[in-house]
Amino acid sequence: MKRLLPLLLAATFFGALPAAAQVPEIAFDSAANALTLPDDVYLGEVGGVATNSKGDIFVYTRTGHPTLTIGAARGFVHGGSRLFQFDRNGKFVREIGKDSYAFVFAQQVRIDPQDNIWAVDQMTNTVLKLDPEGRVLMILGRKPEAVFVPVRTPAAPAAGQAAGVGAPTDVFNRPTDVAWDSAGNIFVADGVGNTRVAKFDKNGVFVKSWGSKGTEPGQFGSARAIAVDAQGNVYVADPQNKRIQVFDNNGTFKTAITNVGSPQALCITPGPNQVLYSSNSNPPNDIDVAGDIYKLKLDGTVIGKFGKAGRLPKEFNFVNAIDCRTENGLLVGEIGNLRVQKIALH
Amino acid sequence: MQRSLTSVCAAALLLCAAAPALAQQKAKAQNVPEIPYTSVPNFLKLPPGEYLGESVGVATNSKGHIFVYHRSANTRLFEFDENGNFLKEIGKGYYGFEFAHSVRVDPQDNIWTVDEGTNMVTKFSPEGKVLMVLGRRPPAVAGVVATPTGPNKPAEKYIFCRPTDVGWDPQGNIFVSDGYCNNRVVKFDKNGRFLAQAGSEKAGKGPGEFTLPHGLQVDRQGNVYVADRTNIRYQVLDNDLKPKAIYDQVGVGWTACVSQGPHQYLFASNSNPNGNQPGTWAITGEIYKMELDGTIIGKFGHASKEFGGFQVVHMMDCRNPDEIVVGEIESWRVQKLILQPQNMKKASTAQ
Repeated sequence: MKRLLPLLLAATFFGALPAAAQVPEIAFDSAANALTLPDDVYLGEVGGVATNSKGDIFVYTRTGHPTLTIGAARGFVHGGSRLFQFDRNGKFVREIGKDSYAFVFAQQVRIDPQDNIWAVDQMTNTVLKLDPEGRVLMILGRKPEAVFVPVRTPAAPAAGQAAGVGAPTDVFNRPTDVAWDSAGNIFVADGVGNTRVAKFDKNGVFVKSWGSKGTEPGQFGSARAIAVDAQGNVYVADPQNKRIQVFDNNGTFKTAITNVGSPQALCITPGPNQVLYSSNSNPPNDIDVAGDIYKLKLDGTVIGKFGKAGRLPKEFNFVNAIDCRTENGLLVGEIGNLRVQKIALH
Repeated sequence: MQRSLTSVCAAALLLCAAAPALAQQKAKAQNVPEIPYTSVPNFLKLPPGEYLGESVGVATNSKGHIFVYHRSANTRLFEFDENGNFLKEIGKGYYGFEFAHSVRVDPQDNIWTVDEGTNMVTKFSPEGKVLMVLGRRPPAVAGVVATPTGPNKPAEKYIFCRPTDVGWDPQGNIFVSDGYCNNRVVKFDKNGRFLAQAGSEKAGKGPGEFTLPHGLQVDRQGNVYVADRTNIRYQVLDNDLKPKAIYDQVGVGWTACVSQGPHQYLFASNSNPNGNQPGTWAITGEIYKMELDGTIIGKFGHASKEFGGFQVVHMMDCRNPDEIVVGEIESWRVQKLILQPQNMKKASTAQ
């Protein structure tokens, strides 16, 4: 069994096995042409999609063509991702942060209760806070000055690092997502390189960090997405371990939700009766498995699910972002289909 | 010819290694009638300041508009009207463009690009909006990808490795030749779901195996014609990708085109090899017109840098079998050729 376990883990990585059976199917539709783009603007892989309180839609996308400078003292990388704003009807409004130092590999965008725009970049290791007009207010993390050519493998987490210790401060390694509690504390899922959650106060002062690579409670295969409920509980998607771990506001492990496949994207609705959406995203190299999105109560009870993997409308290909400001009107961002779908649940 | 090659060989070691391959690339077919043709002067008219790069992809839609997918500083896709006037650029800055390889237009006038830098096949609407993508671009976060050496990784259903071309059968099933580092042809349904493949990541010489499948077209019966470049042949597969026939008499299998209309023809280019080594122009560069069963009707064209000649034809459009649009790698141009098969000359024996 011990020898079989790694094989089993490999086989179930990213949700190759069906999640809980007998889950009610939620009827839904996908609006045609959710977003209208100018002729010379194209979405690439959609890392993040989010709405603000006015219904404006923000999309952080990997548009491609990052530039590696040759003929310099070191190898410098810039470009490769763009942040677009659309109005509530999906009409293109503007680009934000054009040529920003931080935008290389779009990972996630979230809007906080004050309508500030937060962009998480997995390659520059930054979490950027922009005001509603698009001006930079705060930067967490720092972009590595240069890339190594040939690129070295990212350093493995220190061996034997105990659960709950995490890496200090805001030195991120491939961060994936950001969320806030009602007091404005900032929680960063960090992510793929570090496998931890980092907590900062609302001014960006490091508070604490928890998690390391592993399968035990409080450890992560990777911390792929994060959401915080009205009570300040922290929900972290851990697709390799096929679970959503729930922590209290200080990072103490509370429970794990394990019947939703391999969660890749999370969203908790606002308002008094909060629900949690979690995407059992298919892996990028296969549209014949997984792809369903779960709707849950915060205690982990599954309400229902919808969708499957594919390339057609009402199908999903490697979902990386869900916006659920409206409980039954979601925006879903896909890496595999280079698009955002506007979903109405019935 | 063989004699002069041998003597050059003795003088220059470099060419000794190349000579056997070159000799192979000379078409076995001899005494093939010449089809007269003219090349339309100043066919494509670009706005001032715009240029074509390596013009590896060329296709027409039902209105006669011409699409050129070419390698500029950035890979770009241009649309021209039926008279060669520039209309617009499609996909400027698009994620799936890095190193052009093929553009084709389906029966509904959707535009499909095959990009061997991003490993992506993209379906654009006639207006240029992205409708579907196949394959995935290697994520930038993985860093710089060194040129692979050693055995190819096992081929996956939905991931390409430097794909080369795309085609469709009458039911809308999608066929992709894949490519430089897989050696296979993949069939998907019209919604992009994997159905079957012929070949694998491994190169092979047997029927149904490929060594650099470089181009692909599908006829009205759903048969698939594959330019099996390094095997110096064309392979015909049935609709389930089972091998049917091999055409090895027309030189290297660089690129294939199946014409439309009631009587379909197969065009096959014995393109001159990149690099223009001495002697190559004498034995390569011609395009063959064939029946679908492989019977050779005639040939036209020759290797040359001059207008009317060819510098490594990479792709042909043959919607109208008497009007062939060719895209060339090494002359960065697209030519429209008017064939006059009714004036076909008797074969000359001088090859």
